[in-house]
Amino acid sequence: MIPNFRFMANSEKHSITLQVNGHPYQLELLPWVSLLDALRENISLTGTKKGCDHGQCGACTVLIDGKRKLSCLTLAVMQEDVAITTIEGIAAEGNLHPLQQAFIDKDAFQCGYCTPGQICSAIGLLNENKANTREEVQDLMSGNLCRCGANKGIINAVMAVKQSISHE
Amino acid sequence: MNNFSFTKALDMDTAISLTSGNDHNKLIAGGTNIIDLLKYFITEADTLVDINSIPGISKIAENETGGIRIGALVTNADTAYHAIIEEKYPLLSKAILAGASAQIRNMATNGGNLLQRTRCYYFYDIHTPCNKREPGSGCSAIQGYNRIHAILGHSESCIAVFPSDMCVALSVLDAVVHISGPEEERNVAFSDFHRLPGDTPESDNNLKRGELITAIDLPEKGFSKYYSYLKLRDRASYSFALVSVATGLDLENGLIKEARIALGGVSPKPWRVKEAEDFLKGKEPKIANFEATAQMILKGAKGFEHNRFKIELAKKAIVRNCMMALDPTSQRAGAKPSL
Ligand SMILES: Cc1cc2nc3c(=O)[nH]c(=O)nc-3n(C[C@H](O)[C@H](O)[C@H](O)COP(=O)(O)OP(=O)(O)OC[C@H]3O[C@@H](n4cnc5c(N)ncnc54)[C@H](O)[C@@H]3O)c2cc1C
Ligand code: SF4
Ligand code: FES
Ligand code: FES
Repeated sequence: MIPNFRFMANSEKHSITLQVNGHPYQLELLPWVSLLDALRENISLTGTKKGCDHGQCGACTVLIDGKRKLSCLTLAVMQEDVAITTIEGIAAEGNLHPLQQAFIDKDAFQCGYCTPGQICSAIGLLNENKANTREEVQDLMSGNLCRCGANKGIINAVMAVKQSISHE
Repeated sequence: MNNFSFTKALDMDTAISLTSGNDHNKLIAGGTNIIDLLKYFITEADTLVDINSIPGISKIAENETGGIRIGALVTNADTAYHAIIEEKYPLLSKAILAGASAQIRNMATNGGNLLQRTRCYYFYDIHTPCNKREPGSGCSAIQGYNRIHAILGHSESCIAVFPSDMCVALSVLDAVVHISGPEEERNVAFSDFHRLPGDTPESDNNLKRGELITAIDLPEKGFSKYYSYLKLRDRASYSFALVSVATGLDLENGLIKEARIALGGVSPKPWRVKEAEDFLKGKEPKIANFEATAQMILKGAKGFEHNRFKIELAKKAIVRNCMMALDPTSQRAGAKPSL
């Protein structure tokens, strides 16, 4: 049941341009469309997943100007003039991103539903460079839930890429 | 979400005039709370006013009195990881980093953090009575499942807690909230910003219609030597506090010169008891003294069917956290217990 909600007869579509994975997308959107829905429904980039739609699972994580954020808790109309990167945009020229490869090597997923969010979150974590120990990586990856319980493999994958970067 | 219109306020005056003229025009900053509330129809908007382009309120800088001013639009993450905050106000960093998730902290703003609403399950379920959401409809939690609810400061009309971690540290730091509005600008001491429910639980704080938080001032004293934040919850991370404690200590010749202790997760606003803090002055920083303080802080606590455990838990958390404050290097990611 939906309650007697306020109805604004004059809600108008906004003409906006989103920069996603380096491409501009011109869209006509109602103001309440979340960035997540715009990516999935309007741009057909369905790699970004909707788990809870309320900020509680991390499945919808994308990178905005390099920072990990939840696309379900922001509106598309608020995200013009920023660089949005989704899971579809992280691999360079046909090669897997090192984290994608590490997720395969370290058995870091089962059903795969949380994986795009996990990988985008892990890229954000590496950009931030605030996690030094395994415990800190676990804490700073805790915004991404995995119902399959692949967490150990996920942390192993992140640690492997983290170590390979610090050895470069 | 209800159908609303959307506009970007390019300056403070526009935002203030839009919200002072219509109670259903709502500000949006990071969006992490208001979008959730809109999705559940707990909040409804005529116009959503995006304040992210307002200039001048998104920086961290020294203020006129030797302290630091943190802008309302600075994100929780940028605040926690800011060099000055890490160095002079590490308690604030720790408390922020114990809240929500990395993604949410990258979005959430400091102003929004002060104004986040309770996580009471009945407040979130629009099909149940709730005095905070719908004044006069009753409180479902008092006789219901009240595990996450208050043991201090509650009233017969509402027993919800204020869920912020950041604000527990701001309380200890005696922060000051800077407010602009349709009338004159004003500054409010942190302890006067949030309010107890009484018989009007619908207002969580003393912000008036049309007012906007512009900044939060931190006085010079940051307790950077002896401090600790401890957060106890049902999971190790990414969940709200059942009980949290922020402690700042000042020691001189091995004795306590000043102690400040605030509780989170147990009351409608961060909870401090002056007499309990004063009691510690001149005393040795040892368990027996902290136990006596804990008794004083929890004086008058009243639990309900499912949350009585919080009274003992809070006492133990206070003692533990005061001991942790003596060696801040022991602290663990996510404000877990150490020592
Ligand atoms: C899953 C989840 C878990 C969380 N866990 C925690 C936790 O463990 N600990 C914790 O402390 N928090 C937690 N949070 C809450 C989070 O910290 C808040 O949602 C966030 O701080 C709100 O900031 P915002 O900028 O996103 O606010 P918004 O959602 O944009 O706004 C919140 C409210 O503040 C008003 N507002 C915003 N800025 C201003 C301003 N400058 N002046 C006047 N009004 C303003 C808005 O109108 C709105 O009413 C969690 C949130 C989620 C979704
Ligand atoms: S505790 Fe407060 S918020 Fe929860 S149901 Fe009762 S009145 Fe509503
Ligand atoms: S879908 Fe966004 S956090 Fe779950
Ligand atoms: S792999 Fe299935 S939810 Fe994580």
